[in-house]
Amino acid sequence: MQLKMTEEGDIVSLTVEEERMDAHNSGDLKEQMLQLFDEGKCNLVIDLNAVRFIDSSGLGALVSGFKNASAREGNLKLCCLQPQVRSMFELTRLHRVFEIFANSEEALDSF
Amino acid sequence: MSRRVKVDITVPNQTKYLGVIGRIGESMAYSLKGYQGNRRELAYHLNLVLTEALANAICHANNCDPDKDVRVLISASDQDLTIKVFDQGQGFDIDALAQHKAHKSAEGGRGVQIIFKLMDRVRYLHEGDRNVLEMTKYFQ
Repeated sequence: MQLKMTEEGDIVSLTVEEERMDAHNSGDLKEQMLQLFDEGKCNLVIDLNAVRFIDSSGLGALVSGFKNASAREGNLKLCCLQPQVRSMFELTRLHRVFEIFANSEEALDSF
Repeated sequence: MSRRVKVDITVPNQTKYLGVIGRIGESMAYSLKGYQGNRRELAYHLNLVLTEALANAICHANNCDPDKDVRVLISASDQDLTIKVFDQGQGFDIDALAQHKAHKSAEGGRGVQIIFKLMDRVRYLHEGDRNVLEMTKYFQ
């Protein structure tokens, strides 16, 4: 999975540069997040602007990151969801679990 | 009465084929001439159902065994669309999975539930030497 990482203070932004997040590639995101948690970086913003398709594995990877961040007193927030990706969060009711922002600035400012 | 369109494809038991098969479902949504509903939504849902069913067959039923394969059969008319995904595993109790409610913070367990939400009839059967997950959507 193509991921772009930027750091601003103690917040790490991960931009997913893939059209699809599915069982083939979402494990990569999970591993990258675990590596960040091991380095003590527990405040993450995941930018999903490029993602046009997400399945239950992609959602599961994000839930894994959210749980691990929370367990370390950090937080994982999402931004820039395309309408069809947003609808998946609503279908699975995960929009009630995550903080979702329209753009990365709002997500960063919320920490 | 419109003629049925049938697609029959077999892929190696590898997740890199999820996107290929998902996009076939998407394309079929746009080829259903008489479909009156939200075509873009149908395309996404067919992509999703195919991806979930195929990932389930590859990773769970076939246990990620690279020597196995997965067959996908899609049959569509203006009235309905049926997807069959054949696996070579031990089988599973689909009704138990469907009734299991994933906790809101659970990492897994949503795939089969998504299929049940989006399709009108879902069955897991034994055909020949394979299991088949059969999912049907009615358009009228």
